[in-house]
Amino acid sequence: MATSAAVEKQVRTLDEATVRFCGDSGDGMQLAGTQFTNTSALVGNDIATFPDFPAEIRAPQGTLAGVSGFQVHFSSKDIYTPGDTVDALVAMNPAALATNLVDLRAGGILIVNSDAFESKGLDQAGYETNPLENDSLKNYRLYPVAMTKLTRAAVDGLELSQKEKDRCRNFFAMGLVFWLYDRPLEPTQRYIDDKFGKKPEIAQANTAALKAGYHYGETVEAINTQYHVPKAKLAPGKYTSIVGNTAVAYGLMAAARLSGKRLFLGAYPITPASSILEELARHKNFDVLTFQAEDEIAAMAATVGAAFAGAMAVTASSGPGIALKGEAMGLAVMTELPMVIVNVQRGGPSTGLPTKTEQADLYQAVFGRNGECPMPVLAASSPADCFDAAQEAWRIAVRYMTPVMLLTDGYIANGSEPWRIPKLSELKKIEIMHPGPSVNGDKFLPYKRDERLARPWALPGTAGLEHRIGGLEKQDITGNVSYDAANHQHMISLRATKVEKVVNDIPPQKLDGPPSGDLLVLSWGGTYGACATAVHNVQAKGKAVTHCHLRWLNPLPKDLGDILKRFKKVVIPELNLGQLRTIIRAKYLIDAVGLNKVQGKPFSVGEVVDKIEALLKGDAKDTEAKAEPIDKKAPAKAVLEKVAHGG
Amino acid sequence: MTVELPVLKPADFASDQDVRWCPGCGDYAILAQMKKVMPNLGIPREKIVFISGIGCSSRFPYYMNTYGMHSIHGRAPAVATGLKCVRPDLHVWVITGDGDGLSIGGNHLMHAIRRNLDLNIVLFNNRIYGLTKGQYSPTSPLGKKTKSTPMGAIDNPLHPLSVAIGCECTFVARSIDTEIKHLGEVLTRAAKHPGTSFVEVYQNCHVFNDGAWAYAKERESKADTTLELVHGKPLIFGKNRDKGIRLNGMDPEVVELGKGVSEDDLLFHDEKAPEPSLAYLLSRMRHEDGFPEPIGVFRAVEAPQYDAMINDQVTQATNERGVGDIDKLFASGDTWDVA
Ligand SMILES: Cc1ncc(C[n+]2csc(CCOP(=O)(O)OP(=O)(O)O)c2C)c(N)n1
Ligand code: SF4
Ligand SMILES: [Mg+2]
Repeated sequence: MATSAAVEKQVRTLDEATVRFCGDSGDGMQLAGTQFTNTSALVGNDIATFPDFPAEIRAPQGTLAGVSGFQVHFSSKDIYTPGDTVDALVAMNPAALATNLVDLRAGGILIVNSDAFESKGLDQAGYETNPLENDSLKNYRLYPVAMTKLTRAAVDGLELSQKEKDRCRNFFAMGLVFWLYDRPLEPTQRYIDDKFGKKPEIAQANTAALKAGYHYGETVEAINTQYHVPKAKLAPGKYTSIVGNTAVAYGLMAAARLSGKRLFLGAYPITPASSILEELARHKNFDVLTFQAEDEIAAMAATVGAAFAGAMAVTASSGPGIALKGEAMGLAVMTELPMVIVNVQRGGPSTGLPTKTEQADLYQAVFGRNGECPMPVLAASSPADCFDAAQEAWRIAVRYMTPVMLLTDGYIANGSEPWRIPKLSELKKIEIMHPGPSVNGDKFLPYKRDERLARPWALPGTAGLEHRIGGLEKQDITGNVSYDAANHQHMISLRATKVEKVVNDIPPQKLDGPPSGDLLVLSWGGTYGACATAVHNVQAKGKAVTHCHLRWLNPLPKDLGDILKRFKKVVIPELNLGQLRTIIRAKYLIDAVGLNKVQGKPFSVGEVVDKIEALLKGDAKDTEAKAEPIDKKAPAKAVLEKVAHGG
Repeated sequence: MTVELPVLKPADFASDQDVRWCPGCGDYAILAQMKKVMPNLGIPREKIVFISGIGCSSRFPYYMNTYGMHSIHGRAPAVATGLKCVRPDLHVWVITGDGDGLSIGGNHLMHAIRRNLDLNIVLFNNRIYGLTKGQYSPTSPLGKKTKSTPMGAIDNPLHPLSVAIGCECTFVARSIDTEIKHLGEVLTRAAKHPGTSFVEVYQNCHVFNDGAWAYAKERESKADTTLELVHGKPLIFGKNRDKGIRLNGMDPEVVELGKGVSEDDLLFHDEKAPEPSLAYLLSRMRHEDGFPEPIGVFRAVEAPQYDAMINDQVTQATNERGVGDIDKLFASGDTWDVA
């Protein structure tokens, strides 16, 4: 490329910015987003991301159904969400523009691959006229860039097919955005060298495209400003950027080490939980056994078998798979064996929205089994928090000899944030006791309990402790089969009381804001970021509102009842139709109001802020978040097609 | 140092629970044989685990003084898979019924077998749902009238051994509850086989399907209706051992010995045949088609076992990469320091 002198550009410093890459699923947008994220993390920003991809892996090219996006929010301050609106949108084709424009703020930067705006692409996206050529985009800072041509020119002369050359376009786009936000190319260069080391031509082409994009930013006159987002002030330590599912896997591995156990994962692939299985499968040298079962029933049953055998037994799935596990979870409750069941929630019911997020499996987690079948349930609040939550799940499972369900969701499973890497030695040990061989020939009593009501975990292979367990009702203490009426009632209450006792291991509930007042925002799980940010925003305006975020859903913290009573109003934002709200109303008899959204998307901060402000003004109705029309500006045809192809 | 193992007797394998099968149920005989077989295996009692599903047959673990789990309907092979992967040192039995193993649990049975886990699976085939009081099962013959099929069953039955062989089970055998010596031998061989052993036992449900196997059990008829397989020997049967099985093209046929047919013309049993075709052919010989039904070991070949391999991968990964270092792993991606 010609080395024309860089033009004079302004540099502006921003507190934070949000960028979204979007294009066809074949355009490499997830990679672009991930690279941009990692680089932003490496330069010291706080980050939060939102990858969003279609359910079909190979939706027809160029269609609205095939659009894939990745949003990165990076900041010099603490942030908890990927951002409500986008400051800069990169759209690789008309379909991506049609489906994503709605989130670009007025005056935002819009970079499009103008080469893709030809008649077929426009037609597939439902545009009757080329939006780059009329004034429909006049509210944005539009930069049409001939990315296909520029990429081809950059890789000219390399021994590659046209298709392979065009596949480097995402690196061109990355290069340009890296320049725009003043990010270094080295981390991406390292990635290219690592990933394509065995294919030097491809590595060379990607590097050339990346540099060409960067250089284009430097030299093109139309783009006259570069933005700089300084480092965030994070607590000292070593950091990496982590996605929720990896954090679950790491948390489980740490827990296994801390308790001196082999880790057994029984699982059946399902979006968005599969990457937990895939991550653990890579770490066999940590004494990790991964069993890809024939279905979720087998995965759960094998998990019960592994728990009986004495391993740290885990299964991970999503709603439909958890439904299949129901009966075997009952067996786990009845046999009182410790294990962890991870549910990475997705949009339901049935197959629902496999790649989208939701919190609608709370009832399923707490109540979704036959009989009185109590199980401790906790939820992770952010990608990095999955690490702590996974350990906590196992700690409680072994302390109380019970299966424990850990809820995460598609949003935190795939989203990433900076994670301060702990040292194994800083983490709390997890104590486990197994009874030793019987010496005096006394009869072993498998259902004799300790002060927490936990029964002994006697392992096969221990002489003198031979015993039989199963799903039939047990006689108290001996564990023999019993059909006795009074015993059944007694055992049902014992199992319930045991799970209630977990409350003794739940620390006092933290509050963010005054300890009493007009309004409490009560949230759980992956909505933490949006709710915390919304509360901070309202507090910053000088209004009194308090945030209470629950980690434990069953049992609920001891002091929650008191806390709720100290506020005039309680609002519970949830990505469902009010499942926690029903539980809270039933348990504490308070008139909590709901903010409920089921659109496969997380809350925006604005939605929660609006609700808080309305409540502070005295409007105390339950509300359902307004669904945005799919694209206010796109023609009707586009809207229809999007609906027809939805997941 | 050698540890003196106590000499155990069948009674040592009896648990303190009252056995609750109907008087006259074939399950008693199978339990008795199992208790007899156990002491001779030389395996300490605490290393033995019985896992079952749900059904009359699946009550079995309660009556054995070993470790055990009476799990849920159809899922015993999956429970046993988790157990055996974590603890390959344990000697694991799976007890199932024709409904438990072939109906609700058909999927798990098939997958446990194809993985060739070192499990001993015993399917008590009474051709009926015993515990739920007499509905037809996947092994009930066509036309069978039961409480749920008052006009006769209209689904074609499954044949347990054909299913097991179809999944390339490495050890496949059949025995009969009342043939106690034969049953004991078959169970012993199953126990000693490395990999999945699958044993079908013809079991009489005295209450809901009495006499389902009468032809194979009655003294007068059994020599003509069953055929005891012996490795390397021709397939001969009949009260006077004057009948045999010969191959006619791809199909077996019953022939009378003498009259121009000698033993050498007969099909010879080879339980070690690497291909499962012969075993499959034997499993297709049905009484209703005029064949004697083979009992004994159909197939006994060796193949790698999932439980060993899943642990070998751990060893291999550890040899190649060392015992995993958590701190190193967590810091293995791109990292940055904040002072
Ligand atoms: C999920 C579930 N569905 C149905 C049942 C009811 N049920 C218990 S045993 C059984 C059939 C048992 O038949 P089989 O496996 O042949 O055992 P048998 O009693 O004949 O030994 C059924 C349908 C159950 N326990 N669980
Ligand atoms: S119902 Fe049949 S199988 Fe069940 S115990 Fe009675 S006789 Fe045995
Ligand atoms: Mg049966």
